[in-house]
Amino acid sequence: MNIFKLSIKNIFNKPLSSSISLALLVLGVGIISLLLQLNTLIKDQMDNNLRGIDMVVGAKGSPLQLILSSVYHIDSPTGNISLAEAETISNNRMVGSSIKILYGDNYKGFRIVGAEKKFIELYKGVIKEGKDWDNPYEVLVGSKVYEKLKINLGDELISSHGLRETGQSHDEGTFKVVGLLKPSNSVIDQLIITSPQSVWDIHETHDHDEHENEHEHEHENENEHDNREITAMLIKFKSPMNIIQFPRQINENTNLQAAVPSYEISRLFKLFGFGIETLSYLAYLIIIVSGFSLFINLFNSMRERKYEMALIRTLGASRFQLSTMIIFESLVLTISGFILGLLFSRFGVMFVSSLMEESINYNLNSLKILNEEYWLLGLSVLIGVVSSLIPAIQVYKMNISKILADA
Amino acid sequence: MLKTKEVEFNYDNQMFFKFQNIDLNSNENLLIIGESGVGKTTLMHLLAGLLKSNSGSIKLFDKELNQMSSYQLDSFRKNNIGIVFQRPHFVNSLTVKENLQLAQYIANKNDNTRIESILKNLNIFEKSNKKTNQLSQGEKQRVSIALAIVNSPKLILADEPTSSLDDNNCSKVIKLLKKQATDFGAQLIVITHDSRLKKHFKKSIEL
Repeated sequence: MNIFKLSIKNIFNKPLSSSISLALLVLGVGIISLLLQLNTLIKDQMDNNLRGIDMVVGAKGSPLQLILSSVYHIDSPTGNISLAEAETISNNRMVGSSIKILYGDNYKGFRIVGAEKKFIELYKGVIKEGKDWDNPYEVLVGSKVYEKLKINLGDELISSHGLRETGQSHDEGTFKVVGLLKPSNSVIDQLIITSPQSVWDIHETHDHDEHENEHEHEHENENEHDNREITAMLIKFKSPMNIIQFPRQINENTNLQAAVPSYEISRLFKLFGFGIETLSYLAYLIIIVSGFSLFINLFNSMRERKYEMALIRTLGASRFQLSTMIIFESLVLTISGFILGLLFSRFGVMFVSSLMEESINYNLNSLKILNEEYWLLGLSVLIGVVSSLIPAIQVYKMNISKILADA
Repeated sequence: MLKTKEVEFNYDNQMFFKFQNIDLNSNENLLIIGESGVGKTTLMHLLAGLLKSNSGSIKLFDKELNQMSSYQLDSFRKNNIGIVFQRPHFVNSLTVKENLQLAQYIANKNDNTRIESILKNLNIFEKSNKKTNQLSQGEKQRVSIALAIVNSPKLILADEPTSSLDDNNCSKVIKLLKKQATDFGAQLIVITHDSRLKKHFKKSIEL
């Protein structure tokens, strides 16, 4: 038996009032930690996919949509642009490197992206099994795609039109899996990548079969010998300075759209950052309420237990030992509240990430403890000490003789 | 072993007590008897170091209680004095055995065989793992005796141990207290208004 054990026994002796304070604290800590985790994970994931892309050029429309669709592959594209126009831009002296990508088909919900080979290098993709594509209709498959759909080398994939699973299928579009990529923790994990030529080939026949009338009009305006289109082009500048001037030139002087990912993403974060801030204020409020509830619990239990306290004093315990016991009781509750809160948030992250994986194929599983969470631990300890301070002082100043005489 | 001289105490200048001198040798038990309101509990708290007198001297085991700090008194109490209260008090979240272990912990001791032998001696060994609020009145009183003697005190102070008991139980309890004191080598001072106890003590003083 010792003071620490006694504190724990006392907590379990009053399970109801202890668990209310505990539940409030778990909720408060859990929400804040969940927000922190999700915010960090999403930001990490977003930044990871942004590396090496200074600007995206695509069809006119919403710049955010252009970024979400062609960098993160979680939105529909704004439209197509002509290959010739894209070439003009990529030949500009301010452009360091450019990658043309085109997409519009899927295999069981995973996007098939036609891209230059630089695309895989951009995301540091490494082939785990098999080889790079050499011919049209050969594909490399990202790690999450083959894990989820159990795809092996040599399998044949029949693509469907559109970016969702329900699109009609291209009978012509049968791809052959020639390589599997290692997990790279970037967007290529959830893509099926092939040469631009494969996508052009499919749509050539496809377009002529089914959309002849719509496309005739476009064809008239396009370059006679090259009417090929791409969806977007990812650009890295020669110098970071160009980021100010060049996108504006494109937006003003051509019928293409240029969007800067880092700018669009920080705009997006500002938008839902407001919600996160409000929610975390609410969570801090819950933590403060839990502190009050803890204080009231301890205060009441001091009154109920005054004879106990007097007894412990007559057995020879010092004032200091008794006060320590009260503070211990409070700290045991707040620290276990903190730990349970972290567990709560981890389950929350797993849950949200499983939801997101269903809808947008993003995986957010990472359970490391963030620096901000050490602050939360500090806050929990502080709440524990502050809420037990008055009861502890009361016990310290207790007049045992008077209590025993009143008995 | 106990020597008091001109001990005076007053509560907030309202109640004033002046106690007669006590002189008790080693190996003697003492009965302090008095009507309600003469300051029996006050005297017991003074002897136990729970209160400090305003003037006079209390010398217990050659130590002057009035000259000790509150911390020294706590430490003196846990090493020398066991107290049996009029109404038994326990730590309710603990079992009988754990209450005794807590008392030992406070006195920096850890001796489960002693706990067992005390509980067996008091015939409540089978209640070891019961919470204290599951005990009968008589069992509670015996556990409170066990608490008083678990740290081998040299002096047991008992405050009105028999006031609410019938003649039969009164004599049982006082015999039990005396036996425990003898068995574990402690002196016994009982403070009470219960004149039935007179016949059990050779030495008594009246307040």
